[in-house]
Amino acid sequence: MSIGHTLLGLLESGPRHGYDLKRAFDEKFGHDRPLHYGQVYATMSRLLKNGLVEVDGVESDGGPERKRYAITDAGITDVSAWLEQPEKPEPYLQSTLYTKVVLALLTGRSAADLLDNQRSEHLRLMRTLTDRKRKGDLADQLICDHALFHLEADLRWLEMTAARLDQLAEVVAP
Amino acid sequence: MTWLRDLGLGIRFAAAGGREGWARTALTAVGVGLGVALLLVASSVPHLLDERSARGDARYEATDSLEAESAKKSDTSVLRIDAETEYRGHTVGGYVMRAEGEHPLTPPGVAEFPGPGEMVVSPALQDLLASSEGKLLKERLPYRITGTIADAGLLSPGELYFYVGSDTLTQAAGGHRLTGYGIDPEPEQISPVLVVLIIIICVVLLVPVAIFIATAVRFGGERRDRRLAALRLVGTDIRQTRRIAAGEALFGSVVGLLVGGALFLVGRRFVGAVELWNHSAFPADLTPAPWLAVLVVVAVPLSAVLVTLAAMRSVVVEPLGVVRHAGGRKRRLWWRLLVPVAGLAVLGSTGQVGEFDPVNPYPIAGGAVLVLFGLALLLPWLVEAAVKRLRGGPLPWQLAVRRLQLNSGAASRAVSGITVAVAGAVALQMLFAAIGDEFDESTGQDPSRAQFHTYSQVVDGDAAARTIEAFRATEGVQAVIGTVETYALKPGRPKDPDDMQPVTSLTIGDCATLKELADIGSCRDGDVFVAHPRNDKEQADWVDETARKGKEVELNSEYADVPGAKSQLWTLPADARTVLADRDPLGTERWGILATVGALDPRTLPSAQTVAQIRIDESVPDAAEHVRNTAARIDPGMEVSTVISFTRDRQYASVQTGLRLGAAATLALIALSMLVSQLEQLRERKRLLSVLVAFGTRRVTLGWSVLWQTAVPVVVGLLVAIAGGIGLGVVLTWMLDKSVTEWWLFLPLAGVGGGLIVAVTLLSLPLLWRLMRPDGLRTE
Amino acid sequence: MTPDGSLLVAQDLHKTYGSTPALDGASFSVHPGEVVAVMGPSGSGKSTLLHCLAGIVTPDAGTITYAGREISSMSDAQRSALRRSDFGFVFQFGQLVPELTCLENTALPLRLNGVRRKAAERTAREWLERLEVDDIAAQRPGEVSGGQGQRVAVARALVASPKVVFADEPTGALDSLNGERVMELLTESARSANTAVVLVTHEARVAAYSDRDIVVRDGRARDLEYVV
Repeated sequence: MSIGHTLLGLLESGPRHGYDLKRAFDEKFGHDRPLHYGQVYATMSRLLKNGLVEVDGVESDGGPERKRYAITDAGITDVSAWLEQPEKPEPYLQSTLYTKVVLALLTGRSAADLLDNQRSEHLRLMRTLTDRKRKGDLADQLICDHALFHLEADLRWLEMTAARLDQLAEVVAP
Repeated sequence: MTWLRDLGLGIRFAAAGGREGWARTALTAVGVGLGVALLLVASSVPHLLDERSARGDARYEATDSLEAESAKKSDTSVLRIDAETEYRGHTVGGYVMRAEGEHPLTPPGVAEFPGPGEMVVSPALQDLLASSEGKLLKERLPYRITGTIADAGLLSPGELYFYVGSDTLTQAAGGHRLTGYGIDPEPEQISPVLVVLIIIICVVLLVPVAIFIATAVRFGGERRDRRLAALRLVGTDIRQTRRIAAGEALFGSVVGLLVGGALFLVGRRFVGAVELWNHSAFPADLTPAPWLAVLVVVAVPLSAVLVTLAAMRSVVVEPLGVVRHAGGRKRRLWWRLLVPVAGLAVLGSTGQVGEFDPVNPYPIAGGAVLVLFGLALLLPWLVEAAVKRLRGGPLPWQLAVRRLQLNSGAASRAVSGITVAVAGAVALQMLFAAIGDEFDESTGQDPSRAQFHTYSQVVDGDAAARTIEAFRATEGVQAVIGTVETYALKPGRPKDPDDMQPVTSLTIGDCATLKELADIGSCRDGDVFVAHPRNDKEQADWVDETARKGKEVELNSEYADVPGAKSQLWTLPADARTVLADRDPLGTERWGILATVGALDPRTLPSAQTVAQIRIDESVPDAAEHVRNTAARIDPGMEVSTVISFTRDRQYASVQTGLRLGAAATLALIALSMLVSQLEQLRERKRLLSVLVAFGTRRVTLGWSVLWQTAVPVVVGLLVAIAGGIGLGVVLTWMLDKSVTEWWLFLPLAGVGGGLIVAVTLLSLPLLWRLMRPDGLRTE
Repeated sequence: MTPDGSLLVAQDLHKTYGSTPALDGASFSVHPGEVVAVMGPSGSGKSTLLHCLAGIVTPDAGTITYAGREISSMSDAQRSALRRSDFGFVFQFGQLVPELTCLENTALPLRLNGVRRKAAERTAREWLERLEVDDIAAQRPGEVSGGQGQRVAVARALVASPKVVFADEPTGALDSLNGERVMELLTESARSANTAVVLVTHEARVAAYSDRDIVVRDGRARDLEYVV
């Protein structure tokens, strides 16, 4: 899962301090594992270096000095590209997909398209596996079937999520 | 008591099964109701006949009135003469009556004795006379209507009947003195032939009704089975499901009983309008015999339960669905064959019986019933066997045949009703035809010569001449012979009592008429002739035995036989000429004594009649009615008879029409049940039909398949029925020692069967078309 | 034919049952010999799309072109004739005529096309052999297993050498192993006969037998390949 793209996506709704970013991330995605502040700092400096964010201002109202980050046009393009790029189908990628869906909803992009793209990607792989299975021996068939069943489970999840997008939108972006 | 609870559960399912449950119950109830109504009508027949004959007895002349010495003129006595006539094929009964005192007897149902020139009529006759249809009859009965005959004086509401008042009727003119009405009901001895006919008719008409009821109980069976399967899923056992099913059937049939009772009660109000065999019935006559009504009320629900249990024997309701023993139980032939063969054996062992032989009718009826039932039993096996052998053919045919191969039971059941009805009707018609034709042969009359004979007791001097004139002037009459006729006997008694008293006919007419009867040459009033037949010496000698010139002849023909009769002698003039008889204009030869009115005054004859023979042009509409009108004008008591074979033909035709109507009505009932099963089956196959539509199946293809599906069992059934019916007809005809005269009587019934196939198919098509829409595919 | 070589093309289809819109601007195309899966949740309108494409129901609006002919403007008889000659069908269940044997069921489309019984049954038997169910040819559908029945259905869909086979949840009533075998046989046979298959399914593993897939959602089909 790409923390960089996630933080970039969160910045799309407006400039934030690093600490705000961490809080927003934790609230939306870090249910089981809160993000370490150091990780935010490291990620932001990498994004700064790549020109995807810029420092919008520095504040120091008595405390330590705090930078406010804002997303650049290049950053927005990068988020879009990331959201449009289907994930390579593999087991346990719900967390990444979930992040993408939420970010899409937060940034007003089409979460349904995102899911459909992912579905197509899954199906493409399933087609390849099915083809291999058809031509292969029993061992091939069993191995392919294992992958196929996992991919099918993902696909079902995609369908379910697609069917509940409206509900999700109300929760994450009221 | 658990089984009572299960039955109750079934009843609750039937009563509270939602829309579908009600639809099913309603269908069964209406079906059973129709059947029950018919059964109630049938069980009313004994009462109906009793009431009819009681009213008939009540208006019949009392027995002691018929005795000459007890019939004295009194204040209440009445002179009357039968004035029955016929109008366009309907009998119009009635009397001309003359009161002999101040307080004349009135017949039952008549409030006031009609005065001269007045008449009292039945309501049906009143309606007829008031209508344009009755215009000609009005000319015949031109009297003022002063009242109507109440129900008590009529056999049936449709009866045409009248009483005309007169002040001129005399005993000499045929008036008969009546001193009382009503005879004691006599236990009528029904002829064995009639008993056989009645029993077969009952079987022919009632068995299909029973079969119809049994079919109606099974309406919606497949859906019910599925519902029962759902019950099995929640834990009922097989016996419980059977009892629940029985409860449902019980409820349906009890509702059916109520519906049938209601139909019967409503329907009998209109029964007067229904006419069969020229008869109708009063609503009050249609009262079921109590024990028969009880039988219907008990037997219908009971058989509904039994039929349901029997139907469920071949079905195993599993929790997840219904398993049918398709082809599990093979139909066996031997016991099915046993029944009709046993029937034929019974008939055969009874042998031939004469029409009037004392014979036990029950073996004959029993045998015939066994044959008919046997045919119905044979049918399912035959349909199965016939269908099993069918292969190939066009697609609709294949679909229908395969369908029947899979399950021909429902179709066979319905069709077995047809088989009984048609076979019975065919056999009965053959029997009637044989009896009827034999009668025609025995009369030997030729209706192309004279269609009418009239007889009148009014015998004044110029009666014959007036009669001829009146008839000649009548529309549609082609030829008339009118004479006064009586018989002349040789006086004294023959030496050997076994010998026949020599007798010859005595015909009195004017010279013009006599010229038409014989080659008399010159004739003057006062002449007498003895006419000999041509080319028949024996007959001529017989004439001469009586007609001895210059010797006396006896004019009172009763003198020889009736004690106390007065002799009335007349001398045959010695100068009477012997002449040869000619064929009269109607084609018959007349011989015997021919006398002119001047030689022998007809008024002096003790028992003479004015006789006319009339030939009409049958192409003239209502010529017969004009003849009867003229007859009534000359003498209201004149008897007009049509040549007998003519009447018989009509009577026979009415029996045949009745039989055909009954059989057709039964077939319609069967068609109804076939239609319901067909529609039900189509609805069951909604999805399959949609799939076939998706495949691009033409409507015509499926339409034909529906047609064949009905046609195959019906045709097999009709073939069995016709073969069996002809067989039974031949045997019955042989038993009554008659010969079969008509072999093609089954054709109209076969036609009705064909119509039935078409009707069932056509009526299923709208639903088929509706189901052949793609909606059935949308199941998600 | 459309410029891109599609066999069957639907554009902007609309169909309403009562007040429920089943199709709301669906587009679709399939090439000769191509297997296209139509996916989507229940009630999304995928079956309606199939029924429209096959000419079983007519859309309220939009056009369907098959081999250059406008299906939506054909008469009912013309559409029936087209279905008999050019299309084949496999459904989820309830599709075999229970009173006919499996062989006769398979021969049905040929017979509807007027082929004589002997010839039709000969061809039908060959197809039953290809689908490995020639041993049940003489049995009735009620006497065979679901998998066997569905193979008979596939044989029947292909027997008249259609240009397009429409399959609506053809494995819906089968277990995975049987379902996959049926799909394998269906797609292989179709491909070797250059028959296009429109496969409606909600199962990804079934859809995986296709060359391409489209999704129907709320009556709108997104045919990624078809460019309006």
